[in-house]
Amino acid sequence: MLLEVRNLTVEFAAPPPPPPSVPVAGVDLDLDRGEILALVGESGSGKTLTGLALLGLVPHPGRVTPESRIRLDGEEITELRGEALRAIRGRRIGMIFQDPLTSLTPVLTVGTQLREALTAHRRIRRSEAQRRGEELLAEVGMPDPYAGYEAYPHELSGGLRQRALIAIALAGEPDLLVADEPTSALDVTVQAQLLETLDRIRANRGMAVLLISHDLGIVAGRAGRVAVMYAGQIVERQETRNLFRDPAHPYTRALLRAIPRLDTAAETLVAIPGSVPEPGDWWVGCRFQPRCGEALARCSRERPPVVDLTSTGGGGTSRCWLPAEPDR
Amino acid sequence: MTVPNPLLDIVGLVKRYPGRGWPRRGSVHALNGVSLAIAAGETLGVVGESGSGKSTLGRAVVRLIEPDDGSVRFEGADVLSLPRAAMRALRRRIQIIFQDPYSSLNPRMRVGEAVAEGLAIHRLLPRAAWRDRVHGLFEEVGLDPAQTTRYPHELSGGQRQRVGIARALAVDPAFLVCDEPVSALDVSVQAQVLNLLKDLQDRRGLTYLFIAHDLAVVRQLAHRIAVMYFGRIVELAPTDDLLRNPGHPYTRALLSAIPSPDPERPTSRIVLGGEPPRPTAPPPGCPFFSRCFHPMKDNRCTAELPLLRPVGQSLVACHHAGVSGEQ
Repeated sequence: MLLEVRNLTVEFAAPPPPPPSVPVAGVDLDLDRGEILALVGESGSGKTLTGLALLGLVPHPGRVTPESRIRLDGEEITELRGEALRAIRGRRIGMIFQDPLTSLTPVLTVGTQLREALTAHRRIRRSEAQRRGEELLAEVGMPDPYAGYEAYPHELSGGLRQRALIAIALAGEPDLLVADEPTSALDVTVQAQLLETLDRIRANRGMAVLLISHDLGIVAGRAGRVAVMYAGQIVERQETRNLFRDPAHPYTRALLRAIPRLDTAAETLVAIPGSVPEPGDWWVGCRFQPRCGEALARCSRERPPVVDLTSTGGGGTSRCWLPAEPDR
Repeated sequence: MTVPNPLLDIVGLVKRYPGRGWPRRGSVHALNGVSLAIAAGETLGVVGESGSGKSTLGRAVVRLIEPDDGSVRFEGADVLSLPRAAMRALRRRIQIIFQDPYSSLNPRMRVGEAVAEGLAIHRLLPRAAWRDRVHGLFEEVGLDPAQTTRYPHELSGGQRQRVGIARALAVDPAFLVCDEPVSALDVSVQAQVLNLLKDLQDRRGLTYLFIAHDLAVVRQLAHRIAVMYFGRIVELAPTDDLLRNPGHPYTRALLSAIPSPDPERPTSRIVLGGEPPRPTAPPPGCPFFSRCFHPMKDNRCTAELPLLRPVGQSLVACHHAGVSGEQ
């Protein structure tokens, strides 16, 4: 297993403490080489913070609690600091963010920023760095790698900027790429191009990708497995195919019904009542219970168990009191 | 596909933004001659990617920006040449809802006051009656009247968008421009707002110009859909025809690019190559040429701008649409 995350918890001390706000509460993830795992959730679910925690990037005053465990290739990286952390960040785990314009410096050319990433982890000559940089730009599908290398970010379209950003993330030859909403700022036709590219690079390099997205539609075609997050917890995890065929958790089911689709003109979309709760407004029992159409009496009082779905032939888990029946 | 007695009739709308820098670099053509008509009670959806001119179109209709050329007629009156006072009266009939209700609501005004503002400006009701009207509007859009005393930051995104809708409805308009009304909302809340807009249309007989980048969202409400690319309408068709039988290659690419929440749906995914042209340098021919995958694309496409022409139930701006051997 390339990446093993156990009980990842991120808390923010709230003034006055206690209790702290806990936007990520006990997340487990497993990710193998060459695999795409999608982490899906709406805003406020804690998916972005989970990604940041893997790279030790949780913003102050938040912190990863001591009980959290993050292992990369069997090696504990949870509490690394300074040089040891920098040897992982960018080098073993790369990250790309949603908005390529704010992730790139506007005053430096793409080439300069690429060279910076290339020389951060190994000693290479400038001319060698340029050659390597143009190779990377070609790998991510920049139409004219030389022009792309010389360009300033504002001279590139949104799609090309995101490609440049992927090239920079690849500079350290990472084993794992954390892609946080990599295509959400882009137009749909460009989005399709970019996802295609990302998938090709993953296959060629045998790189693992943690694809963080609010969009189940994007995930459907790309990820092998999906973890659905709600209010800081993973509520369901399944192989993609099974998740869409037999969603086990009421939240997943409701979400799938709420997505506007091209192929169905449902007279009325089935909305989920209420809205995503803020950290701090989280329920004692099941966190989805106030919006759940299938809630039982105990759901509001008792924390739901994580149920194994193997008996239903689906594999995966669901965090719910309701019995998981395959034909529901 | 002519619309008899349109409520809103747009002809040849043009908007250019002057270029920046010195010497002036070329101007940006946001709208390059857009014409469409909307019947009363209809929802016309407008889809397009960023920079296609769809928001400019919505804003030009309510004159938040002044178009450079063309005409907009509402109930027969020429909107663009109306004097100030008459324009103010017209604004009571046409309202707009924006994408991000957080930035379109005054953060220091209670949301009830924000909704009452239109009543005050248009002097629609005696002050004593405002409260009841605002409470009524809150109920109509599915908000608790007790929330009128809240500030925008105390509400969720979905609730804020409901406030935006109540505010638009306060002056009892006939026509609503909805500019990306659900794109800033979570998926679980999007459906609530879409259903609300649908109900309001049934109840009040509203007419919508519904602008969004997401075709799957637009199709939920729209009776007809206009697809914009590069400041022009490239296809205009009844919703079902557009989805079942897209005439323009761009529409086909758009349809196939929409991620479907169904891994087993067989998709013949069309992944576009190439880059769209620069808005400062529109090509003389078809603006989609640089990304087009049509097997019959030829010199005519680069030389001659394709205009909208009828193909079946649709209007399509492609030289090769409807030619035999296609579809």
